[in-house]
Amino acid sequence: MLPYPPTLIFLNQALSPCGLGVFRGDIVRLSVLPRASPTDFRPILAKWSANWYGATMPEQASVEVPYDYGVFSFASKAEVLDKAKAYWNPGKTQFWIDSGVPLVIDRREEYFIYDMSGKRLIDTHLNGGTYNLGHRNPEVVQAITTAMQHFDIGNHHFPALARTALAEALVSSAPAGLTKVIYGSGGGEAIDIAIKTARHATQKRKVVSITKAYHGHTGLAVGTGDERFSKLFLSDNPEDFPNVPFNDLEAMENVLRNRDVAAVIMETIPATFGFPLPAPGYLRKVKELCERHDALYIADEVQTGLMRTGELWAISKEGISPDIMVSGKGLSGGLYPIACVVVAEHAAGWLTQDGFGHISTFGGAELGCVAAIKTLEICSRPETRSMVHYLSDFIGQGLRRIQADYPDWLIGIRQNGLVIGLEFNDPQGAKFVMRHLYENGVWAIFSTLDPRVLQYKPGLLLKPEIAEELLDRTEVSICRAWAEVRSLRGPR
Amino acid sequence: MTQALVEMPLEPAGVPRGRAMVERATWAARTFATYDIDSVRRIAHAAAIAGENHAREFAELAVQETGYGVVEHKVLKNVACSVGIWNTYESHDYVTPTILSGDKIVEVPRPAGVIFALTPSTNPVATVYFKIMLALLTRNTIIISPHPFAKGVCTSAAYAMRDAAVAEGAPDGVIQVVEQPSIPLINALMTDERVDVIVATGGAPMVRAAYRSGNPAFGVGPSNVPVFVEKSADLAAAAQSIVASKSFDNSILCTSESVLIVEDSILTSFTKELTKAGACLLSTEQVEVVRDLIFPAGNFDTAWVGKSAAEIAAACDLKVPKGTLILVAPIDLIVPEEPLAHEKLCPVLAMVTVSSAARGIDAARAVLRNSGRGHSAAIHSQDARVTMDYASALPVLRVAVNVGNSLGSAGIQTALAPSMTIGTGFFGRSSLGENLQPKHFINQTLIAYNSNQSVLMPDFTDLNSWSVPEGSVPAYPIASNLEGAPVIPQPSNPVEFSGTDDLREEIRRLVIDELRQIIKG
Repeated sequence: MLPYPPTLIFLNQALSPCGLGVFRGDIVRLSVLPRASPTDFRPILAKWSANWYGATMPEQASVEVPYDYGVFSFASKAEVLDKAKAYWNPGKTQFWIDSGVPLVIDRREEYFIYDMSGKRLIDTHLNGGTYNLGHRNPEVVQAITTAMQHFDIGNHHFPALARTALAEALVSSAPAGLTKVIYGSGGGEAIDIAIKTARHATQKRKVVSITKAYHGHTGLAVGTGDERFSKLFLSDNPEDFPNVPFNDLEAMENVLRNRDVAAVIMETIPATFGFPLPAPGYLRKVKELCERHDALYIADEVQTGLMRTGELWAISKEGISPDIMVSGKGLSGGLYPIACVVVAEHAAGWLTQDGFGHISTFGGAELGCVAAIKTLEICSRPETRSMVHYLSDFIGQGLRRIQADYPDWLIGIRQNGLVIGLEFNDPQGAKFVMRHLYENGVWAIFSTLDPRVLQYKPGLLLKPEIAEELLDRTEVSICRAWAEVRSLRGPR
Repeated sequence: MTQALVEMPLEPAGVPRGRAMVERATWAARTFATYDIDSVRRIAHAAAIAGENHAREFAELAVQETGYGVVEHKVLKNVACSVGIWNTYESHDYVTPTILSGDKIVEVPRPAGVIFALTPSTNPVATVYFKIMLALLTRNTIIISPHPFAKGVCTSAAYAMRDAAVAEGAPDGVIQVVEQPSIPLINALMTDERVDVIVATGGAPMVRAAYRSGNPAFGVGPSNVPVFVEKSADLAAAAQSIVASKSFDNSILCTSESVLIVEDSILTSFTKELTKAGACLLSTEQVEVVRDLIFPAGNFDTAWVGKSAAEIAAACDLKVPKGTLILVAPIDLIVPEEPLAHEKLCPVLAMVTVSSAARGIDAARAVLRNSGRGHSAAIHSQDARVTMDYASALPVLRVAVNVGNSLGSAGIQTALAPSMTIGTGFFGRSSLGENLQPKHFINQTLIAYNSNQSVLMPDFTDLNSWSVPEGSVPAYPIASNLEGAPVIPQPSNPVEFSGTDDLREEIRRLVIDELRQIIKG
């Protein structure tokens, strides 16, 4: 018998009924993962005396090994959850426990995240595309690690090496007409910058967004979004931030008609609203309306950009050159926060008039710029584009096959490349599916502003065999979620 | 940053991009493996025609870029390796299942998947064409890593075939080229576990590296071709064949003759025929000069690869007759320390004389002790006995008879499989004994029925699981609500939402209680 098990994969839901890992007396099925640290699972097995290959762990193995991460350590996952409630965010911590997703992410690599219990999950949430290129993408890690021997965040006042290099790369990859780059440290700040820029350029105050929009939580961005996030902090401001229904051109024209609108801000596919797809020609028409009524068009490409739809920027697929474009999330490679606003010359006036107009200590941190340069390069490769096309086709076909089996449950597949929303036949449908996916080794999240819809965003570089595994796990989870929902509904 | 800042296990430049190419190829291979025979033939034919259309252009570019060889001869090879290969295999089928009803077995061809192909500088375009044609005929994807001396023309050649193949429906990524090859990059690709088979045509170190990679590989060893002119030979025909073969593309095919072995009894009349055919027989002093030129300090100077006889003679200040195609250098002994008894990729042919057929066979074996085990030999003879003894005694896997070895052993002027990759088999430390051909790039899944007579095999006639690709592969990712998007099935009976909240809450409460206990427990 080996001194300890190399690692565990929980293949059978029945073995871990609550998705929490192994419990006393459970029989676990083991499988070897090449890079697993042998100590990862020792405490768990020791603690619960799990039956391993039919043999009980010897008594001397049941030494408690703490979860040691160098600068901090924990004795157990329970300790983390308790302390997260005590010192961090009790509401959020409790929410996930209550939702059957008591996840504390430990190891992470490629498109896998591992709960502290060792449970492996295929990540199709990817923090809205932050991990487009996988967790700790080795190329990005290498770029940043090398850069750290020379660079730090940099000084935000001076022209800087990495900031300039990234700005040039962004402008040359962006839709035609965008010529200047402004940096923020995150998507929210970048949206704020975009709004400030539009207000300066037009000398108007109003910013139109769609109902159920979401563009971030910072001062101005939160105003554009659903009141779900603004009222709590007394930050709703419908006067300056009117909403119109998505895909409603008449409403859009009505709000723009008074010519008092600085900009319309649009996610190319609204993520938090469950990826409803813009009707054919809708966005182009909105752009035309903006032009007609002297408003700028701000394309929020935070989630849809960086090759996720099979082109570097989804807005190019719509045939639009926006006045302002915002990118974030995936731009950082998931390793060093950075976001940016790419602006057309006619909107970029404040950069000349008063270059100190917006100051951000961490915005455009040079280490983040290095991460972004590498990320942008990887995303722009012809190989990456080709793989995204293959993967979109493969996942799309697989999902349609699943839909053919459960047409009354999976009632809609909203797909544009690897932006995928799965619409279920229940007001809270995606929450059920999310929980079953979690139990079956996949992490995907419901849409906050439309919980019928599951956000399903496979990684750009997902390997074919993992894509197959993902579809298998998805099919099982959708089936089981449907069974649960039907049993809750009871006999009709 | 003006200096290397940190020591960490950096992947050498280009490696991550190379790995991305392999991943793209695996996607393409998965799709290509399901194509039906008609689509495969259409694709391979289109690539062949594209290759032929560019045969002359790329022959000229190859000579320009490498400085090796003869344009006319390269045109011939380029045609042979494009439409020539197509003509040879157009009626072959490496796709459709074969039924062996007597054995109750059905063979289902399965492609390797991703081929990583290294191609040489000496036959750059022909080898690229050849390997691509074999890949397409067998539904494989291929990544070409050209020799750095010929990377420009090889890249253009591969892309010409790629564009034609993709236009006929081949999957995106079916043919890729390592545009900036380097040793670390090639090593990384050879050892990448997503590569299904390596085909290495080139120098011995590269071939050995291919075999060390841990991946399935076809690598072939070097050559050193003995050609024996035995007393029963048609001397005029033999002389013409040898001169034409040795001068073909200035002798840079691996199948080119290296050492000529002639029986004493026919020496005088045969050398007359050689001279008539365009050979210049060197004197002892001239041999010294030529040896010193092409083997300075005993090692072959690659500057003379693929140069013409006239250029070599001029460099030696030798006066040779106009129209001289090859230089024949008589030597005393075939021993390791005689440089001219080794491989020479230029139109200099060493010559020894022997007293008998048996001594001729010994001499040929001596040539192959220097190098070239498993490769090829030639003989000019009317005597079946001598030919049988020759073939049986030499450690080679093909003996070309009464034909130039260059195109004879390469299968262009014999019924051997036409090939730019000559398997050297166990003699030559290779897993491939035959001339490389399409069948080497597939395996067969065998459906095998119970042999018991009471178990019957149903009729498999015309059954296969392959399909015709539709549109571009992969489909362009258009939004699912646009025209042309894939059809989604509609729900058969929409479900009403009602009266479940209480029950759901109850279950949720139970689950939460359970979870809390576990976490606290």
